[in-house]
Amino acid sequence: MSKLRTRFLADRIARFLFAFAALFSVGILLGIFVMLLYNGAKTFESVSPGNFFFSTEWNPSAYGEASFGVLSMVASTLLVTIGAMAIAVPLGIGAAAYLAEVASERVREILKPAIELLAAIPSVAVGFIGIVVVGPFLAKIFNLSNGLNALNGSILLAVMSLPTIITVAEDAIRSVPTSFKEASYALGGNPWTTLVRVTLPAAASGIIAAVILGMGRAIGETMTVLMAAGNATGFPEGFFSPVRTMTATIAIELGEVPFGTPHYYSLFAVGALLFILSLGFNLIAERIAARFRYNH
Amino acid sequence: MTTKTFLRQPGFLLLFACTLIVLAFLGLIIYDISAKGIPALSYEFLTGYPREGMTQGGIFPAIFGTAFVTIVTTLFSLPLGVAAAIYLSEYAEDNWLNQLVRASIRNLAGVPSIIYGLFGVALFVQAMRMGTSVLASGLTLGLLTLPYVITATEEALKNVPRSYREGALALGATKWQAIYTNVLPSAASGIVTGAILGLSRAAGETAPILFTGVAFYLRYLPASVFDEFMALPYHLYILSTQHHAIAEVRPLAYGTALVLLALVFLLNLLAFIIRYRYRKLNRHV
Repeated sequence: MSKLRTRFLADRIARFLFAFAALFSVGILLGIFVMLLYNGAKTFESVSPGNFFFSTEWNPSAYGEASFGVLSMVASTLLVTIGAMAIAVPLGIGAAAYLAEVASERVREILKPAIELLAAIPSVAVGFIGIVVVGPFLAKIFNLSNGLNALNGSILLAVMSLPTIITVAEDAIRSVPTSFKEASYALGGNPWTTLVRVTLPAAASGIIAAVILGMGRAIGETMTVLMAAGNATGFPEGFFSPVRTMTATIAIELGEVPFGTPHYYSLFAVGALLFILSLGFNLIAERIAARFRYNH
Repeated sequence: MTTKTFLRQPGFLLLFACTLIVLAFLGLIIYDISAKGIPALSYEFLTGYPREGMTQGGIFPAIFGTAFVTIVTTLFSLPLGVAAAIYLSEYAEDNWLNQLVRASIRNLAGVPSIIYGLFGVALFVQAMRMGTSVLASGLTLGLLTLPYVITATEEALKNVPRSYREGALALGATKWQAIYTNVLPSAASGIVTGAILGLSRAAGETAPILFTGVAFYLRYLPASVFDEFMALPYHLYILSTQHHAIAEVRPLAYGTALVLLALVFLLNLLAFIIRYRYRKLNRHV
C-alpha cells in the first residue's frame, strides 16, 4: 500500500515540477520586461524624456554637456531594416513560391536543409563576410573609400532574415487549399496567373506575417550591423553613410560604461525601446497569422 | 504539373532565379570562408594559444571556452526545456494560463539576443553576483535557447502515438510512469535533435556573452565556472574589428571563422542525421 502511495506522490511531484518549468518562461519574459523598464526608467532621473526621445545627439560620455538622444540610432535601425526588407521580401517570397508551388519533392528535400543551414550561420560570421566580401565589393562598384555603411548592413540583414521569411511564407503558400487552384484552372487560368492572382493573394496574410517576423529579426540583429554598418553615431544621410543602430550602440558601450551611471541606465532604456519594438512586431505577426488560419 | 511545364513560363524562371540568389548567398559565405580559412588551419592553430599579441599562434582557448560555456548552457536549458514541454504536451489544458505560457515561449524566441545580454548583466552578473563568468554566460545563453528546446521537445512528444500512453495507463501506471517509461524513450531522438540545434545556436551567439563573461585574451583556460573565458564567435569579432593589426591577422580571422562554421554545421548535420534515421524507423511502426 505504501508503495502505491509513493507512486502517487511521485506523480504529483512530477506534475508540479513540470508546471513550474512551464511557468518559468512567463517569468523570464516578464523579468526581461520589468528589468528593462526598471533600469531604463532611471535614465530619466538625470535626462529629460524630450532630450532622450527627440534629440539626434548621442554623446553620453562627453566631458561637458552629455547628450542622450536616441533619434539617430532609431533612424539608423529603421533605415537598415527597410533596406534589408527591400532586398529580402521579393527574394524571400519568390523563393517561397518556388519551393511551395514549383519545386519537385526531391528538389525540396535538398533546398529545405540548405535554407536551414543559412539560418544556422552565426551572425558574427555573416558580419565577417560583410567586412571581407560585401564591403570591398560595394566600395569598388560605388567608388567609396570603404564599404562599411547602411547598405552593407541592409544586405547582411537581408541574408539573416531570408530563412525566416522563406520558411513562414512557404508554409502559408502551401496551406492554400488545392480547390482554389483547381477553380482557377477550370476557368482557364494558366499556372502563372493562378499563382499570382489566386494562390499568393489567398496566402497574403501568412506572407505578411512572414515579412513582419523577418523585420523583427532584422531590427534585433546585433553582430552583423555592429561589424559592417560603419558605426557612426550621427543621423543617417542615406544608404551610403555609415550608421550605428540601437543594437550596435548597446553592444559597443555596455562593456565600457561604469555601473550605475546615467549612461549605464540609458543603454537599458535603449534596450527597452528595442524590446517593445520587436515584441510589437511579433504580436502583430501573430495576430495576422491567426486571422489567416481562421480564413480557411 | 511537372517542373518543366512550369519553367516554360517566364514568371516561374524569376521565382527560380530568386531561389538561386538565396542559395548563392549561402554558397558565397561557405566558399569564401572555406577557401581562405583552410590554409590557416594547422595542428598548432587548433591546439595552440594566441601569441605575439594574437598575431600568431592558435585558438585553442577559444574552442575550449565555447565548448565549456555550451555545456553549461545545455545543463541548464535541456532539463528545464524538456520539463516545460512535458507539461505543455501531457498535462496542460487549454486555458488562459497555458495560452499565456505558449505566447511567452513564442515571444521569447523573438527577443533580440542583445536583450538577453542586458538581462544577463542585470540578473546574473549584478543581482546574483556571479560576476563575468562562464556560469553567467552559460545561463544567459540557456535562457536564449530555452524556447527552441521547448518547441522541439513538444513537437517530438506530440508525435508519440496516444496508444503508447494508454497502454501504460491501462496496466496501472501513473501518468508520470507512463511518460517516463513509454513517452520519453520514443521521443528521445526528437528531443536530442532539438537540443543539438539549440546548442548550435548557443555556440555561435556573440551578443549575449559580450558583457556576461567573455574575455578578449586570457593566458589560462577557465578552471571553474566562475572564471572568464574566450569564445570562438567573440574571437572572430575581435580579430576582424578590434585588433590593432587587422590586415595582418586576417588569415587567423578566416581560420577562426572556418572552425566556428564547421562546428555549427557539424552540429546541424548531426541533428539532420538523427532526424532522418528517426523518420525512417518510424515509417515501419
